[in-house]
Amino acid sequence: MEYFLQQLINGISLGAIYGLIALGYTMVYGIIGMINFAHGEIYMIGAFVSLIGFLFMGIIGVTYVPLALFIVLLMAMLFTAIYGWAIERIAYRPLRGSVKLAPLISAIGMSIVLQNYVQLAQGARVKPLQPIIQGGFELFTGNADYHVRLSYLQIVIVLVTVVLMAGFTYVITRTSLGRAQRATEQDMTMALLSGVNVDRIISTTFVMGAALAAVAGLMVTLYYGVIDFYIGFIAGMKAFTAAVLGGIGSLPGAMLGGLLIGLIEAFWSGYFTIGYKDVATFSILVLVLIFRPTGLLGKPEVEKV
Amino acid sequence: MGTLSRLTPHLKDSLAAGLLAGLLALPMLGFRLVDSAQGLSLDYRFTWVAIAAATVFTGRLILLQAGDAIRRRPSQRSASTQPQAGRPNKLRPILGWLFIAGALVLPWAPLADRNLLDKATLLLIYVMLGWGLNVVVGLAGLLDLGYVAFYAVGAYSYALLSQNFGLSFWICLPLAGLFSASFGMLLGFPVLRLRGDYLAIVTLGFGEIVRVVLLNWQVVTGGPNGVSGIQRPSFFGLPFLATAPGKTTFHEFFGLPFSPDHRIVFLYYLILVLALVTNLFTLRIRRLPIGRAWEALREDETACRSLGIDPTKTKLSAFAIGAMFAGFAGSFFATRQGFISPESFSFLESAIILAIVVLGGLGSQIGIVLSAFLLVGLPEWFRDLQQYRMLAFGGAMVLIMLWRPRGLLSNREPTIRLASAPSRVAQTAEDSV
Repeated sequence: MEYFLQQLINGISLGAIYGLIALGYTMVYGIIGMINFAHGEIYMIGAFVSLIGFLFMGIIGVTYVPLALFIVLLMAMLFTAIYGWAIERIAYRPLRGSVKLAPLISAIGMSIVLQNYVQLAQGARVKPLQPIIQGGFELFTGNADYHVRLSYLQIVIVLVTVVLMAGFTYVITRTSLGRAQRATEQDMTMALLSGVNVDRIISTTFVMGAALAAVAGLMVTLYYGVIDFYIGFIAGMKAFTAAVLGGIGSLPGAMLGGLLIGLIEAFWSGYFTIGYKDVATFSILVLVLIFRPTGLLGKPEVEKV
Repeated sequence: MGTLSRLTPHLKDSLAAGLLAGLLALPMLGFRLVDSAQGLSLDYRFTWVAIAAATVFTGRLILLQAGDAIRRRPSQRSASTQPQAGRPNKLRPILGWLFIAGALVLPWAPLADRNLLDKATLLLIYVMLGWGLNVVVGLAGLLDLGYVAFYAVGAYSYALLSQNFGLSFWICLPLAGLFSASFGMLLGFPVLRLRGDYLAIVTLGFGEIVRVVLLNWQVVTGGPNGVSGIQRPSFFGLPFLATAPGKTTFHEFFGLPFSPDHRIVFLYYLILVLALVTNLFTLRIRRLPIGRAWEALREDETACRSLGIDPTKTKLSAFAIGAMFAGFAGSFFATRQGFISPESFSFLESAIILAIVVLGGLGSQIGIVLSAFLLVGLPEWFRDLQQYRMLAFGGAMVLIMLWRPRGLLSNREPTIRLASAPSRVAQTAEDSV
């Protein structure tokens, strides 16, 4: 029982991170119908910027953890968002309305470029970071052999994710920006005719997705304490799986999908062989797609971004 | 005066680009994470940021000015962008025959050495994979991001069959194709009913599953160590060895002095034949009902359904046939290398093969040869610049797409040409690519 709870806690924290990355995929897919292959790399860049940010905070002497965390969060979101914007501007916008496969190839190319760029700029070795947020609660201490541990960091991860999710839902459903995004998603030409600046809306979508990926990158840096230039690929693939699982184009779906993928991974690693956890993830994806081809929450009329 | 008024907006634009480059470079190039005794520390190199910004500023300015200079001569520009429907049709078969002739005499060319032939063999593997994937992506219009999985199945089929049961390459080759095709069917059956992008993610996931299984199923596949000591190919039973006890070797049979180059030349011709078979098969099947059904399905699924074509079966056949060619190529790869490990079958390989097909211009057979040469052949010569090579590779993928979104040779041979209106049919076929 305690073991189960522990895996549940781990799975939810992991799932929150996947969900944040998945939001970026699902928003971009919803609005221009392309798989943004470079999104995993955006997340990787977010992780690197966060790591550099933490070291920089140490150098300039910001030692109060919540303040440092907040500054690094903003910095990571800002710089990663610039990357997201630039990638859309350089590699995707000229190809809009072109053959369907062209932006996909361009995105794969961009992903290779970013991976090797970071490898060249920062070196191929794994980058460690000492734990910044330590400590946590011990739950269910009745069993002497096994204590369930809920770390402060896991609470921070889930809290930040919930706050961001609520914020984005508000932006999408209540603001004029969100209305413009939904309009662009439904019919780009019609939105253009009604005076929506479609180019700007699409750029904003990329910027938002990148900022969310930066948050995920920051949290992964804190959570695992090691990053390298290759983390973007696997995480990106799982996050995309999460987006498809939840129903691509649906914001709550992405979050739900991320959570499910996180849970599947945690329980699989906890109870079965860790080597096959990716196989489990993808097998479940295939099963879901066979029996529910639109994903869990993806209904045809569902409100999408 | 006129130049100056054009210059100002260009300067502004270039300044913005330079500033953007500086901002992009600031966190990644400006700071460097250095391993030290106390863990990580930071190093500064802001000159790099300045260099990046300055380079982008200058480059952008030059590009914009050059673009202006070209735009001032509109007549030439419009002439070059006009689609030329008629001309390539005459030119292209000749080009194809030239390629084949060149490939046939390559081992006897004065410059050809072992190294060159090795590279040409590698290039031909990718050409063959490109042609095989073209059946799936170019003809049937199914986006397959996990093609390398079938390549892996073929390679491991041969490696394991020959190691465990001592079967020869010539028996394993069709078996490997069969296994890969069965895997294609197995995977395709549940997922081919899905829409395009879902198919893409499932094939991507399948590619990863195959790689993970190969890595973890130690007992059978050897895990990360792979399979080594795979039997090398023989010339229809005559081994390429200096001496073989109890057997006639290749050089003894033909009365030649022994040379290790014989095997290299043989492997080269073997893959050339395999690739040409793939090509011929694709060219011929496009004229059969099944090939036409693939192309029709790519254009409009609803229309196909209403004409009585079963989309699932048709897609499945394309998927299985594409997988079969990957299986052939895989078993050739295994026999050529003598050693295989899961590392050779990563997603990057799938991406490279897909890029070859798309950059070549979907469905264009010669375009695939060209883009395989650009993406695989050229970088092979710059192997020393390992890291920059991949950077340039990714950059090339983006740039070629921006320059020619429909691929290098996009205006493809139309499938059917009506005698009365050839140019019009060519035009519609091109529009619908």
